[in-house]
Amino acid sequence: MSLSDSLYQEVLLDHYQNPRHHGKMEQFHLHQEGVNPLCGDEVELYLKLNGDIISEISFVGKGCSISQASASMLTDSLYGKTISEAKSLLHQFKGMLLEDKVPNFSEEYEDLESLEAVKKIPARIKCATLAWNTLEKAIGK
Amino acid sequence: MSFDLEKIRRDFPILSTQMNGKPLVFLDSAASSQKPKSVIDTIRKYYEAENANIHRGVYYLSQKATEKYEMARIKTSRFIGAACAKVVIFTRNTTESINLVAQSWGRTNIHEGDEIVLTELEHHSNLVPWQMLAQEKQAVLKFIPLNQDSTLDLTNLDEIITERVKLVALAQMSNVTGTIHDLSAIIRRAREVGAKVLIDGAQGICHLPTNVQKEDFDFYAFSAHKMLGPTGVGILYAKEEILDTMPPWMGGGDMISKVWKDKSTYADLPARLEAGTPNISGVIGFGAALEYLESVGMQEIRNHELELLQYALDRLEDFGGLELYGTNDLSKRGGVISFNFPGVHPHDVGSILDEEGIAIRVGHHCAQPFMDFKGIAGTCRASFYLYNTKEDVDSLLVGLKKVKEIFGRVLKR
Repeated sequence: MSLSDSLYQEVLLDHYQNPRHHGKMEQFHLHQEGVNPLCGDEVELYLKLNGDIISEISFVGKGCSISQASASMLTDSLYGKTISEAKSLLHQFKGMLLEDKVPNFSEEYEDLESLEAVKKIPARIKCATLAWNTLEKAIGK
Repeated sequence: MSFDLEKIRRDFPILSTQMNGKPLVFLDSAASSQKPKSVIDTIRKYYEAENANIHRGVYYLSQKATEKYEMARIKTSRFIGAACAKVVIFTRNTTESINLVAQSWGRTNIHEGDEIVLTELEHHSNLVPWQMLAQEKQAVLKFIPLNQDSTLDLTNLDEIITERVKLVALAQMSNVTGTIHDLSAIIRRAREVGAKVLIDGAQGICHLPTNVQKEDFDFYAFSAHKMLGPTGVGILYAKEEILDTMPPWMGGGDMISKVWKDKSTYADLPARLEAGTPNISGVIGFGAALEYLESVGMQEIRNHELELLQYALDRLEDFGGLELYGTNDLSKRGGVISFNFPGVHPHDVGSILDEEGIAIRVGHHCAQPFMDFKGIAGTCRASFYLYNTKEDVDSLLVGLKKVKEIFGRVLKR
């Protein structure tokens, strides 16, 4: 299987075509914009919190399939999770792409593994991490 | 001399290399051209046998380097049809050349309420320096609008270029759509109101026979690296009477006449505008690039690119489902093709083509106002130069077929 075949799998194209939790939120606790100035990709995250729990999450954005599918996967993964679970997932995801760590996501996060092929295309890593860097800014390290 | 494509290709070592296990198909010369062996050898020879700083040493090597550096200036002036060599100023790139004009001429001559006219198709390097100057001076930026085919809409030119306009700055040829602008009408109007004209020649000079005196440019900015030369060398041409009035914008070595503890006097042109040790090897290598272009002939290069452009446009049209930008009137267009698969982001197209060894540029091409005008995030851009072939175009089409296969499910019908 070629690199682009392994990257552009059904799961990625499905998130791109049918983004989950897509849209602006009227009332929210956290809101963060992220942009890759070199390519112009944009992601905006909205989070509503109930104590420590992310009770609602959504995104809007524009950009390539990888940046938008990654944002969709992020929102799907974090819905109903705690902030500390979010931080842990963020750490794991960025470890996979930036530190070449072998991903070991639990089953509910397995879509994220489809983005592992991105690390073989250095120019696209910033696309895959855009939503996650935006999340990092939103919730703090 | 006839246009010998096979010989030309042999002159560019990189064209026989492989990318991702596939023969390189280089379709991104609008970003930076490849370099012929003669340029690479000239730079190598300089460092191996002729390296020294210029304008200072009394010893042989320094004099030799100075001579070669200044010879490149003379070659440049001849290549662009300038009246003499001292009106050629070496900078780092087109961007620095334009910033030089903004910081030196602009800060002296643009005042509150004055107007600067640009177009909606400008590269950021011919937009942001003017935004910065306009903010500092409370001047006003105005834009010549575009027709849908990416040519300039000149119907209201007289209302846009008014008596308040001090400068009209625009590209000779667009880096996004390849549009070659009708400069004569704009320059004529600028003369009527006494405005100066700056032409961003980064994309023009490498593809089109150009004569700055015949075409009556006041300022002409371009880069060596898009015309077979090395990176790190930019050129600013300006009419001598304008350069004479321009104060230094960077102070330092080489640009001075006499220095006291509290003040200095400045050197004559061109040194006054070239502070510090320049890119000596780069300028000398650029001289070799100009010789190469002259040996092939700019009109021959233009003809070859037109043939490729027509071939590529026909094939892309036949491919179906693509959105193509730019005019179909090839007399107003250089060898640049911007297109989109509706529904597929350009970056995804670029990654898939890369795997096939095909290098194109994707994204906003540092021309975001144009992307806003079209309501798109970016484009895929294939650009040609003298060494490209119809086979390169065929390879591009094979790559695009693969994109279509992978993205078939999400492509808009």
